[in-house]
Amino acid sequence: MMAKNDIICTGCPKGCRVTVEVEDEEIINIEGYECPTGKEYAINEYKNPTRILPSTIRVKKGEFPLVPVKTAAPIPKSLLIKAMDVIAKKEVKAPIKIGDVLIENILDTGVDVVATRNIDKEVEV
Amino acid sequence: MIVIGAGPAGIAAALEAEKNGLNDIVILERDKYIGGILPQCIHNGFGLEYFGEELTGPEYAYEFIKDLNSSNIEVLTETMVLDVNDKKEITALNKEKGVIKVKGETIVLAMGCRERTRENIKIPGDRPSGILSAGTAQRYTNIEGYMPGKEVVILGSGDIGLIMARRMRLEGADVKAVLEIMPFSSGLVRNKVQCLDDFDIPLKLQHTITRVEGKERLKRVKVAQVDEDFNPIEGTEEWIGCDTLLLSVGLIPENELTKAMGLDLHPVTGGTYVNENRETNIEGVYAAGNVLHVHDLVDWVSEEAEIAGRAAADYLNNKLEKRENKIKITPGENVTYTVPQTIEYTFQDKKFIKVFMRVTKPMEDVKVKFIYENQEVVSYPKKIVMPGEMVTANLPAALIKNDMDEIKVSIEKKVGENDGEK
Repeated sequence: MMAKNDIICTGCPKGCRVTVEVEDEEIINIEGYECPTGKEYAINEYKNPTRILPSTIRVKKGEFPLVPVKTAAPIPKSLLIKAMDVIAKKEVKAPIKIGDVLIENILDTGVDVVATRNIDKEVEV
Repeated sequence: MIVIGAGPAGIAAALEAEKNGLNDIVILERDKYIGGILPQCIHNGFGLEYFGEELTGPEYAYEFIKDLNSSNIEVLTETMVLDVNDKKEITALNKEKGVIKVKGETIVLAMGCRERTRENIKIPGDRPSGILSAGTAQRYTNIEGYMPGKEVVILGSGDIGLIMARRMRLEGADVKAVLEIMPFSSGLVRNKVQCLDDFDIPLKLQHTITRVEGKERLKRVKVAQVDEDFNPIEGTEEWIGCDTLLLSVGLIPENELTKAMGLDLHPVTGGTYVNENRETNIEGVYAAGNVLHVHDLVDWVSEEAEIAGRAAADYLNNKLEKRENKIKITPGENVTYTVPQTIEYTFQDKKFIKVFMRVTKPMEDVKVKFIYENQEVVSYPKKIVMPGEMVTANLPAALIKNDMDEIKVSIEKKVGENDGEK
């Protein structure tokens, strides 16, 4: 079966529309790119699109109620919403240091979710 | 030295001034925490230019806050500057100390910018809750920990609008549409793809909101297609039900204090006029970052603030030397504005002046050309220029002659077959 996939290259502001033609899961033709970056991007984006997922996790007894986090490496695009469910259920305790692993190996991707900001303990008044 | 604002510009200026020999530096910050807008920009995409690696907003801020913590720079948070005058006297309000008065020998204005509001763009209709700027929604969602709504429409497809579309969607909201009055998104291509296309959020180009409705809470917004003059086209209106409208409709440099000092503002940038040191028309008073002109990358903010911080230190250490002739830098073809607008000091060890500019319209295969009296001084080829992305070009010190009084910058289509090939 033949299929055409339109992919917008994010390599530069031009945003070339690259068409990847696929037959039986094999790429048979790529067109629309204007530089090598575009071709490479389109192949990766067709075969295995991945994204870094930034979000926040609830904090107990912290100076702020949330700590910002990110996946330490890109994870498959198809898992973004599922990963959000895992992140939403998590709660951590202050203090937290930037780089701390807050969720290990999220959804068995081999990627950790790490803190991106220091959060001190709540100041008691 | 007194720095107003502990965002990326203020912190970078203070650090650079200390590095260049100043030892009595204070930063005044009105918020509870430092870092400016960066801590709430939890997404990645920062730092590629400055650090050569991709960081989130809080991580980018931390790289500077680390250095600040190990410096002798004093930071006063929850301190709101009420007035600055041309004698460099500052009146501020501090949470514990009450009203404080300080006098600086040099001042760096680093107050950043703020978002345009519903009132700025005049959307008719009711006045319900649920209409807020994208940045305010970002602070609620990412710092304070609550969602501003469940069914969201976003007006404006600049980067903040796109980033917030994804963020609201990831946190479970139904993002119904992003509307853009222009025929193109003003945000980065990457943000359009990763924030809208990834989640099938529709982007409606050449669309705007003509009315909002709702008694207590927003109920629905009326959306219409616009013609080339941005007027709504009759018969294209439709209502979209939503409880939240986020506005991402532009940023304005926050220059109330600057105006109070008697400084004039540039009609296009909304910031003050500066020379190559980011010095304003008051000697020893500098401006850098989004208070001077709105940047698309924080990396350029840091770089610009370092120019100001270093110049402030050199100024107090009497290391600067004025040129005989002031050189004006003026915008030519397809250039909306340049920063700086003048060159006033001798180059000393500087090899070039980096000129920041914005273009009026998108163009491909161009030359960024510096011109003196109709003669090209130097030019640089660029594959593509866009209004949303700042263009920079270096003016080499070696090519600037003493008798030059005005250099024009133009962005022109490359001409001739030989020109394009090398």
